[in-house]
Amino acid sequence: MKLVVNGTAHEIDVETDMPLLWVLRDELGLTGTKYGCGVAACGACTVHIDGVAVRSCQTPVGDVDGPVTTIEGLGNPAALHAVQAAWDEHQVAQCGYCQSGQIMQAADLLANTPNPTDSDIDDAMSGNLCRCGTYPRIRAAVKTAAAKLQEA
Amino acid sequence: MSRAGKIARRTFLIGSTAIVGGVAFGVYRVKTPYANPLQDALADGAASFNPWVMIDADKITLIGPHADKGQGVASSQAALIAEEMDLDFGQFEISFGTPDKAYWNTAMAGEGVPFMSTNESFTAETMRDVMSGGIKLLGMQLTGGSSTIPDSFDKLRRAGAMARETLKLAAAQKSGVPVAQLKTAQGAVQLPDGTDLKYTELAAIAATLDPVRDAHLRDPGQWRLIGKPMHRLDMTAKVTGTQTYGIDLKIDGMVHAAVKMNPRQGGALAGYDAAAAQSMRGVQKVLPITGGVAVIADNTWRAFQAAQAIEFDWGPAPYPAEQDDHWTEIGNSFTKDRLDKTWRDDGDVETELAKGSVVAAEYRSPYVAHQPLEPLNAVVKVTDDAVDVWSGNQIPRQLQQIVAKITGHKAAQVRFHNQFIGGSFGHRLEFEFIKQATEIANQMRGTPVKLTYSREEDFAHDFPRHIAMARGTGTVADGKVVAMDLDIASPSVMSSQMGRAGLPVPGPDMQIVAGAWNNPYALAHLRVRGYRVPELAPVSSWRSVGAAGAGFFFDSFLDELIHRAGADPMEERIRLMGHDLSRRVLETVAEMSSWGGELAANKGRGVAFVESFGVPTAEVVEVTNTENGIRIDKVWVAAEVGRVVDPVNFENLVQGGVIFGLGHAMNSQITYADGMAEQSNYWDAEAMRMAQCPEIFVKGLENGPHVRGIGEPPVPPAAPALANAIFAATGQRLRALPFNQGIDFV
Repeated sequence: MKLVVNGTAHEIDVETDMPLLWVLRDELGLTGTKYGCGVAACGACTVHIDGVAVRSCQTPVGDVDGPVTTIEGLGNPAALHAVQAAWDEHQVAQCGYCQSGQIMQAADLLANTPNPTDSDIDDAMSGNLCRCGTYPRIRAAVKTAAAKLQEA
Repeated sequence: MSRAGKIARRTFLIGSTAIVGGVAFGVYRVKTPYANPLQDALADGAASFNPWVMIDADKITLIGPHADKGQGVASSQAALIAEEMDLDFGQFEISFGTPDKAYWNTAMAGEGVPFMSTNESFTAETMRDVMSGGIKLLGMQLTGGSSTIPDSFDKLRRAGAMARETLKLAAAQKSGVPVAQLKTAQGAVQLPDGTDLKYTELAAIAATLDPVRDAHLRDPGQWRLIGKPMHRLDMTAKVTGTQTYGIDLKIDGMVHAAVKMNPRQGGALAGYDAAAAQSMRGVQKVLPITGGVAVIADNTWRAFQAAQAIEFDWGPAPYPAEQDDHWTEIGNSFTKDRLDKTWRDDGDVETELAKGSVVAAEYRSPYVAHQPLEPLNAVVKVTDDAVDVWSGNQIPRQLQQIVAKITGHKAAQVRFHNQFIGGSFGHRLEFEFIKQATEIANQMRGTPVKLTYSREEDFAHDFPRHIAMARGTGTVADGKVVAMDLDIASPSVMSSQMGRAGLPVPGPDMQIVAGAWNNPYALAHLRVRGYRVPELAPVSSWRSVGAAGAGFFFDSFLDELIHRAGADPMEERIRLMGHDLSRRVLETVAEMSSWGGELAANKGRGVAFVESFGVPTAEVVEVTNTENGIRIDKVWVAAEVGRVVDPVNFENLVQGGVIFGLGHAMNSQITYADGMAEQSNYWDAEAMRMAQCPEIFVKGLENGPHVRGIGEPPVPPAAPALANAIFAATGQRLRALPFNQGIDFV
């Protein structure tokens, strides 16, 4: 089976019903994408397929029909994506375990809705659980990222 | 001789529920410092002045022994050292170090002695000193009880100052310039001619010197880091997916394990059929372990799938199978026999109540799961000579003992590599998953085994917050609250939790009443009694421990009395407050929220005050009663912590604590049916989502003499402030958590 992740093509030999999450984490060693619930209830596993945010824990790898982008492909410590830079600036993370998924979801939101209202943000982000309660900072960071992306 | 010394020489037992209730010891042993654990492994030319600082020719390493489960203490511990050492962020590496007695927690005594935190009498202070001596003798290294900053604030600054002054001594030796003419900045000693001698260049000389023990601490006016916004050291990694948590580890030759344990917690495994599981792709072994079965596979998902395919015959639960029976047992516990202790008995409550016109109410606080987002996990490798454990844990020396007992090694042979933790809320004070990973790895010596819990397994085996019930009676007269009598019954969380960890807890359990008895109100007649229910389901510390339930009981019932008296909830709390710093906290939250202003008819505000972990905390919640249910609009918080170390992280933690308190108060509980938790994933107990999140305004007060921790104190006032606001908006008094049993939320 062929899978393109962050621009790199991989040949993988796994069951077609193995969730993309576990292919990324255990087969490809891309551990930035997190396992939280396994049932699409927390959003920690959010990645992009063809630029669209999906829950990788509920996406059988056999159903993946486009290139995958994970948090590692969005940006990196030396070259942060605007959303990551906003998260860094607002010091959003506490434990940080949900933040890969939050950031991937926010990047999807801003790609489709460059200037989101408060309720756009709440609607897009409410599927992503943060047990530490960083929501106020996530809201602020999404707005900062939106402004930054619009300048660019 | 110090007063602590005199008391210590006499030796006495402390009848409390600290994890070290009752330790007898001598002065000498208490005063002797522990050896520096870093000395053992120092390379030639490397210097270590104390257990927290290590320097060699290449780098500076600062040891922060407290576990980081999101509260940011990897950064704040380092910052305290760096402040005195004149290091900037980026000039050093950080490490959690190895478990050692030298890292004993100097700030846990407050929660272990039966005195209010506001009691600074000779007796109370002496008992704290004695308790602290006992904790030191046990070498109790623990992250919990909001104690990291209190434990670290002086100690780590001293460690930094000691390093700084010793490095200056080394620089003086190297340069011939007297110490008095040397300065330090940005990781270097500066000579009067402007030459910088980097600390790393001075390591080899410093290694030959005796550390300077009487180094002075900087005046707060000179602080570069403390009190100013810091860029957390883990932040960039956490926003780029490059922070490694325990669950992300890959050790050479590692196999993946999943477990299925009896969902009736602590019940036996009567039998199982793993034929189907054994033939599944990637499955290597199915192994029985204590109370369950482990599957070993080449991938986490395959291990999960195979564990699901096993058929089990589980034994019964060692506690009542049905939830109603838990409540019945608790309801039957308000008896003389089960009176654990009368913690507060001001004035003459009984005489006042006998006068008639009594207000009475009953409250409930359910079992609640911790469920941090990173599921429990551990990597363990057992060989004949050593055991390596890679995981996140808050009591690392206890972990060594527990692991060693399973494998037959000595505790010192257990090497624990603490990891960044994806949330805990008390979950990582427990050891069951560590024990299971160790049992598996012990059956596969030489192979590293990574155990990962599925979310469902994590829910099923979460030792939740203890269940509790309260009965309040009180009187009001002339627009004022006159008397309040609060009886609280619950199983002992300390005895359940510490029992599993192998630590005895004699005496009454202060956590039954924490957040209730210790509120520094000067009510003329106030009694708080704790009743101890025999253990039901196993329970564990949940962020803010006793205060989460007992704080809700106390403040809610006080609010009921205030409303019955016809008084203003804020003004009456302020009038009744008997502690200046706490009164200031209430006054501050009143100012922040413009308490008393006009509100729309469908809005309501509630205030709550709870003192926990030495932090008086007040919160005002504003709600709107909409057609679709209650919407939480705004929250204002004021907390007295003595010193805010990092205002950004402080605000984040307080907002998070409020959200944690409100979210679980809205909708989260664990209930048992047929001995099993009925909730299995987040949709059953999801707490707060972003769309429900209010605006939260935070103020940290710095008027008090003690530096306190903020991880837990914002949690307890959230639930009563919400209940009080809902009452103000709707007239409906919610007395049972979670509130969605009685009202809808947007």
